[in-house]
Amino acid sequence: MIVNEQIAIDHGLKKDEYKKICDLLKRIPNITELGIFSAMWNEHCSYKSSRLHLKNLPTKGKNVIQGPGENAGVVDIGDDDAIVFKIESHNHPSFIEPYQGAATGVGGIMRDVFTMGARPIANLNSIHFGSPQHKKTKNLLRGVVHGIGGYGNCMGVPTIAGQTSFDESYNGNILVNAMTLGLVKKNKIFYSKAAGLEKPVIYVGSKTGRDGIHGASMASAIFDDKIEEKKPTVQVGDPFTEKLLLEACLELMAGDSIIAIQDMGAAGLTSSSIEMASKGKLGIEINLNKVPCRETNMTPYEIMLSESQERMLIILENGKENLAKKIFDKWNLDFAVIGKTTNNKKIELFFDKKKVADIPIDTLVENSPMYDRKWKKCKLPKKIKIKKEDFKNLKIINILNKILSSPNICSKEWIWQQYDHTVMGDTIQKPGGDSGVVRVHGTNKAVAASVDSSAVYCWAHPLSGGKQIVCESWRNLIAVGAKPIAITNCLNFGSPENEENMGEFVECVQGLGEASSYLDFPVVSGNVSFYNQTKNIGIKPTPAIGGVGLIKDYKKMVTMSLKQSDNILLVVGKTEGDLNQSLFLRDILNEKNGPPPEINLFNEKNNGETILKLIDKKLIKSSHDVSLGGIIIALSKMCIKGKKGATLKKPNYLMNEFEYLFSEDQGRYIIEIEKINLKNVTEILEKNSVHYDELGTVNENELIINNKSKVTIDELIKSHTNWLNNYMSK
Amino acid sequence: MNSSVITFPGSNCDRDMDVALKKFGFKNKMVWHNDVELPKSELVVLPGGFSYGDYLRCGSMASKSRIMKSVINFAKSGGKIMGICNGFQILVETGLLPGVLLRNKYLEFICKNVFVKVNNKNNPYFKDIKKDTLELHIAHNEGNYFCSKEQIKEINNNNQIALYYSDKDGKINENTNPNGSIKNIAGVFNKEKNVLGMMPHPERMIDPDLSGEDGSIFFKNLINNLK
Amino acid sequence: MKIKIIVTLKKSVLDPQGTVIQQALNGMGFNDVNEVRQGKFFEINIDEKDQSKAEEKADEMCKKLLANLVIEDYKIIGSQ
Repeated sequence: MIVNEQIAIDHGLKKDEYKKICDLLKRIPNITELGIFSAMWNEHCSYKSSRLHLKNLPTKGKNVIQGPGENAGVVDIGDDDAIVFKIESHNHPSFIEPYQGAATGVGGIMRDVFTMGARPIANLNSIHFGSPQHKKTKNLLRGVVHGIGGYGNCMGVPTIAGQTSFDESYNGNILVNAMTLGLVKKNKIFYSKAAGLEKPVIYVGSKTGRDGIHGASMASAIFDDKIEEKKPTVQVGDPFTEKLLLEACLELMAGDSIIAIQDMGAAGLTSSSIEMASKGKLGIEINLNKVPCRETNMTPYEIMLSESQERMLIILENGKENLAKKIFDKWNLDFAVIGKTTNNKKIELFFDKKKVADIPIDTLVENSPMYDRKWKKCKLPKKIKIKKEDFKNLKIINILNKILSSPNICSKEWIWQQYDHTVMGDTIQKPGGDSGVVRVHGTNKAVAASVDSSAVYCWAHPLSGGKQIVCESWRNLIAVGAKPIAITNCLNFGSPENEENMGEFVECVQGLGEASSYLDFPVVSGNVSFYNQTKNIGIKPTPAIGGVGLIKDYKKMVTMSLKQSDNILLVVGKTEGDLNQSLFLRDILNEKNGPPPEINLFNEKNNGETILKLIDKKLIKSSHDVSLGGIIIALSKMCIKGKKGATLKKPNYLMNEFEYLFSEDQGRYIIEIEKINLKNVTEILEKNSVHYDELGTVNENELIINNKSKVTIDELIKSHTNWLNNYMSK
Repeated sequence: MNSSVITFPGSNCDRDMDVALKKFGFKNKMVWHNDVELPKSELVVLPGGFSYGDYLRCGSMASKSRIMKSVINFAKSGGKIMGICNGFQILVETGLLPGVLLRNKYLEFICKNVFVKVNNKNNPYFKDIKKDTLELHIAHNEGNYFCSKEQIKEINNNNQIALYYSDKDGKINENTNPNGSIKNIAGVFNKEKNVLGMMPHPERMIDPDLSGEDGSIFFKNLINNLK
Repeated sequence: MKIKIIVTLKKSVLDPQGTVIQQALNGMGFNDVNEVRQGKFFEINIDEKDQSKAEEKADEMCKKLLANLVIEDYKIIGSQ
């Protein structure tokens, strides 16, 4: 087939991009080469629309061992231990085939982590679906949950936390973001940078089939009516093989045979080989006849672009081939020497003794397109003034039950009970809390992780929303007693070719960067998913933040369940009573406009650090951050978890009760303390200039808001748990 | 006290079991499925996981692996063998234990704490356990125990039912049945009571910081009774 | 009318179960087995006397539920 402009366009390349390829090569590429360019230059691999803006994110810090640019980020947690982590999207495939799409998403992110030598110790996920009434939602939810469980459970890695939301903007584009944490010794981290000449290039894992060819291009294309035609690109995951691959790789990594290792993810053999060569400033030569294939008559084009799962590319030290082969034989995995490193900085492919591709590596990587896309700044919306009469006739308990049972607040136990969250015997905080927490095996340390996003805030004002999610992630870690270390981000947006969507991206990233820089909470890995768009409609901007923190002594970990009657409850952080963009205003008064809550980074940091001090002194019995739904929802969840009640005091403010209970002012926590410690705690808070209010006391089994408004905990539990169970069993 | 934990391709609770056994005083060895000989042991454990990916039928392919010949001989000579979760499925596939484990009734993987009522304490696994019910943890997709009417009668007559799913007071009914198991059965013995299979994971309940501590009671008791 | 349907993974789609079953069979000494593909079998009773109409309905069932055409093929193998 002779390549022309039309074929290039069919590959998702733009006219000028095709022209650039011809200019760089000084000739017309053949079809295999075109395939390679289209894979490397698409949005998913090249970050061509996002690179310019991602550059500004803070990526360094005293605990950062490896920032973005590797398979995953790495942070130091002391004593020669390090945590490797990353979050990644698998949105488009999950919409087309929810089980396999989600499963391979989980498989892919785990591979990213163990490629670096780390044994995965925890999985998390952030999943977003369309309106519950939409006809596809239920099946997509079920399929995605089964897929995540199917893969993670089989791997024997606990799924310790997650986030699920419903919003009609995801009707045609669901989001499935999977995150993995791995544990590694600092001196045994493996990287993808090739080094040395004439080193053998090894292929291990499953055989290559025609699955997922151009999956990476699909992830960069807007869904349209022809979506059915794109179907064959969905890959099938095989967690059993991945489990073997994990054990085999870790066994090989225990020795010193590996120079570099890279998993074959998006754009398979193409991106893995090119990235390794590019980082090492080397060339690579591959004999495609040596690649283990599952199907007959596969062409070089297909072999290079296949996205078959559970495969790795390794560059070995010379002479270690037999030793390595023995290990992979033991685990019944394919092993083949398929090429070698060269010094000519080119990728050269051979097939049936003919050279089928010959491309300078820098044309694919350094010279890949980078765009400064046009974007539109988003104005801060005007505050909505609520009229007094709007609050009339509203009954607090009714609203509380309604919000507790709403899709975005209700218990997600139906979901996480399908994930093995206790395997590996170190899960000390299960899903459903502020963060999941796992012990660092055999030590007194524990690692906390949470994943958050606030699409509604980001949609209302991307700059504030971007800051808010970082703060929320930080708070979720603090609330369990973990010192926040670093974050990973999965940036899910609409089309970058649309000025508004691009603006959302630019400003969210800006906000995210500001907050993470101020909080010393750097970004160490991440992924961008654009084109979450059906026809002209993009999703609400949904950056998901995965935060990781360290608990030095896991005995000091705090949970959110209320512990003991008569203990005192404090709200730490100032309650302003701003209802704009609160769940109350949106769902109860049906007002969708207005700015998201304001972020005060100084207070955020100061409040959080002070809470950590109190936890370290063992003064806090339970704690929970105040987020969606405000004080009353946060407190209800603490009651539900601890099966205890609470009696509220009259607020000190001259503030409408609804504003007091339902506003989503940021930087706040509810903490439970013992009476005898009240003076001690308030002194510490005052000394650190942290605002606090007395919220009330813990009681046995009733939430008492005032004389007229009370509700039993059993009723709250019912409201909280029934919605999802009923929805899924219908 | 020597024990062996067998690792099959796809086992994933083998390390957890190793940790638990060692915590309570066993000298434990890990044994590879392709080995021929079992090391000298007073207890052999088939751990949980997804041996061979749970493909075909859970436990079916692992039951044919090389080491299983020795395991079966060990059982026949009266050796103590315990299969947890996938290990239980494997033991059923070898025929050492009666019945079969089907897909959970609601077709979903379940991971949660459950209570089990100990039905038969006249064996080294449960002898001297004072409590009548234990809080343990399940995590499985195929734990729905099934056998024929005749078999049920037979295992009942032989006192082969080890554990029932129950509430914390030992009440056994539909509401306390997490997966649809016939008669709420959570674990069974062979006729001679030297082989035990159970779906719940005692090894995940050995520490107050984890899901609970009743697993500790189980292991402490077990090592004492094997002495 | 009783209709029998077989659903299998498409030839081009990886069949992890089949592959592992094949390896297990080889390990047990069935050395000449070089490929195993597995699938699902359905037997559907339908109140419809006309064979072609029944098969037409079955075909629809396959497309809408029984098979996921992204990765699976189906075949109506008989009706009586």
